[in-house]
Amino acid sequence: MTPRENDTWLYEISSEKKAFDLNLKEVWRYRDLLILFVKRDITTVYKQTILGPLWYFIQPLFTSVIFTLVFNNLGSISTGSVPPFLFNLAGITAWNYFTACFTGTSNTFRSNAGIFGKVYFPRVIMPMSVTISNLMKFGIQLLIFIIFYCYYLLQGFQLSPNLHLLLFPVYIVMMALMGLGLGMTISSMTTKYRDLNVLVGFAVSLLMYVSAVPYPLSEARKKLPATVADFVSYNPLSQIIEGFRYMVLNTGTFSWSGFIYTFIISIVTFLIGLAIFNRTEKSFIDTV
Amino acid sequence: MIILKAENISKQYRLGNVGTGTLSHDLNRFWHKIRGKEDPYLKVGAVNDRSSKATEEYVWALRDINFEVREGEVLGIIGKNGAGKSTLLKILSRVTSPTTGIIKTKGRIASLLEVGTGFHPELTGRENIYLNGAILGMTRAEITAKLDEIIQFSGCEMYIDTPVKRYSSGMTVRLAFAVAAHLEPDILVVDEVLAVGDAEFQKKAVGKMQDISQGDGRTVLFVSHNMAAVKNLCTRAIVLEHGKTVFEGDTDEAINFYIRNQNIRFQFNSENRKKLSNDIFIENIRVCNSMNEIIDTALSGENILIEFSIANLNNTAPIHVGAGVYSQDDEQQFHCSTEVLDQPYISTKSKIIAQLSIPKWPLTNGHYYFNFYLRRNSELMDHIVQGIWIKSEKGDYYETGIVPSWNKGFYCEFEWN
Repeated sequence: MTPRENDTWLYEISSEKKAFDLNLKEVWRYRDLLILFVKRDITTVYKQTILGPLWYFIQPLFTSVIFTLVFNNLGSISTGSVPPFLFNLAGITAWNYFTACFTGTSNTFRSNAGIFGKVYFPRVIMPMSVTISNLMKFGIQLLIFIIFYCYYLLQGFQLSPNLHLLLFPVYIVMMALMGLGLGMTISSMTTKYRDLNVLVGFAVSLLMYVSAVPYPLSEARKKLPATVADFVSYNPLSQIIEGFRYMVLNTGTFSWSGFIYTFIISIVTFLIGLAIFNRTEKSFIDTV
Repeated sequence: MIILKAENISKQYRLGNVGTGTLSHDLNRFWHKIRGKEDPYLKVGAVNDRSSKATEEYVWALRDINFEVREGEVLGIIGKNGAGKSTLLKILSRVTSPTTGIIKTKGRIASLLEVGTGFHPELTGRENIYLNGAILGMTRAEITAKLDEIIQFSGCEMYIDTPVKRYSSGMTVRLAFAVAAHLEPDILVVDEVLAVGDAEFQKKAVGKMQDISQGDGRTVLFVSHNMAAVKNLCTRAIVLEHGKTVFEGDTDEAINFYIRNQNIRFQFNSENRKKLSNDIFIENIRVCNSMNEIIDTALSGENILIEFSIANLNNTAPIHVGAGVYSQDDEQQFHCSTEVLDQPYISTKSKIIAQLSIPKWPLTNGHYYFNFYLRRNSELMDHIVQGIWIKSEKGDYYETGIVPSWNKGFYCEFEWN
């Protein structure tokens, strides 16, 4: 063997772990797989159901009705000039995308152990495909929101989005990164410690109440104890929800510092998730 | 050119229940790591020997495996169940990483540990070809280019736009293998996926495997315990035992080495058994000579009696029994079944004694084993692989007092006029 031959190894398989090995080149090579997974998820979810994609409409609508009855009618939370139903629908639509990404990716390793145990492809394709296929669900739910938006406009409510709407794509990315980051972390840890899976279910529903989904941040400041109110407003998720409502309904507050803060947090969450995910993917099959 | 090189590959597994004490071991590892010390659990670990009692918590499934593969070579990896073949395969296909050591490769590896990975029952055959192909590492364009060929190879043209959940299991396997057979990686890692489908399709599959390895000059790593397939396909082989390489070299020599170390038992042994019912199964088998004495050596020309004791509770359906004789390297020699004679056993008794008589034992020198099966209403009820071994020696086949001189093949009756 000549010394030259030594230098030309295409890749190496070893136990070495690189923390931030995104391996973009390989992900790019498997881009067709990503697309096919997304397509599979979308086309197969509602096969052999009667209502099909209608389920996407029903869940946010019913939740909004309940929230309006409980929080705004019973609990008399003020939503300003915005109709409470529309206010809740906006919050829930955005929140749903985050939870779909989070819960969808939080069992990546366990639910795909069958495939992962038989064949190699960049594992990160799986959570990525979940995030992307959930975009479609988000799109449909956004459509209902727009329909009700128009309905209330015709009813004579004073509603107007503002220029911050241009930041909308950034908000989607932030939600996706946050959901993906947390989901990847949880999914990596559940390969060894199953306890976390139980946690995810109720943590998500509890998290919603401290993420300013059914109430505006201003109400939290007014009615909650100071420490709790601080917690809610420093929660990056409430920043996202509040920001989303601000840009479409022109209600609540927006600050650039809050925006940048949220942006950084979501990137950091994603990177931490990715690092843990990369550490796990090499040998999770031995412990799952 | 060396295309793949494995250096000191070892893999350690934890025995017993993973989960109990995992956290404490993880913390201990972490504590050693931050002090810059080596993983304390790498120093312990028992040799991978399934049958001995576990004395330590960790086991080495593979220990210091080294080998090189040249381009265009077909390397066979052989060994008993539990010798570490599957672990090595998993490492090669990047499903899991080695505990220590490194594998360097110059080509893209595609692995076939299973056919049909990722098939989705709700998708049609065509959609599944794309999905499965992409999972195995093909791009959309590559699949499109080969789509017609794949569909044709699978023989499922008619159902290609029907969801796979409506397929028979055989059709699913054919479609899956068709996709796998059209993979074109630099290095192909294959597990024993050949043993699928009906006889016609198996032939097709083996043919395709031979095309891949010989015709196209592809590098293949083939893991199997089917010696006949290894002999056919491989140019070189390594033998694994208890997680270590015990032999590396020429295929024939490797197979001989492996066979010498095989576990040959001359008594009924149902270790490799697939029993599908408790109502009807093979209880015991004896091999006797014409005097009804149990033997472990058969002389050519001798009258051999094989006696099956079959437990037959609550049933009167016709029962078919069969015995196949195989050589040490898994080549089938001959087969004796009640089906070809159309003589099923019909009995209401709870125990049936079925006697197979072979009037003139036709084989020469060597070790042979029997596979046995039992069918009720043509449904397989019991199947035993390597149920009993027999040693065969040359004898006075032609009853002339002259022992034939040849050592290979069969004896047959003949006449000269």
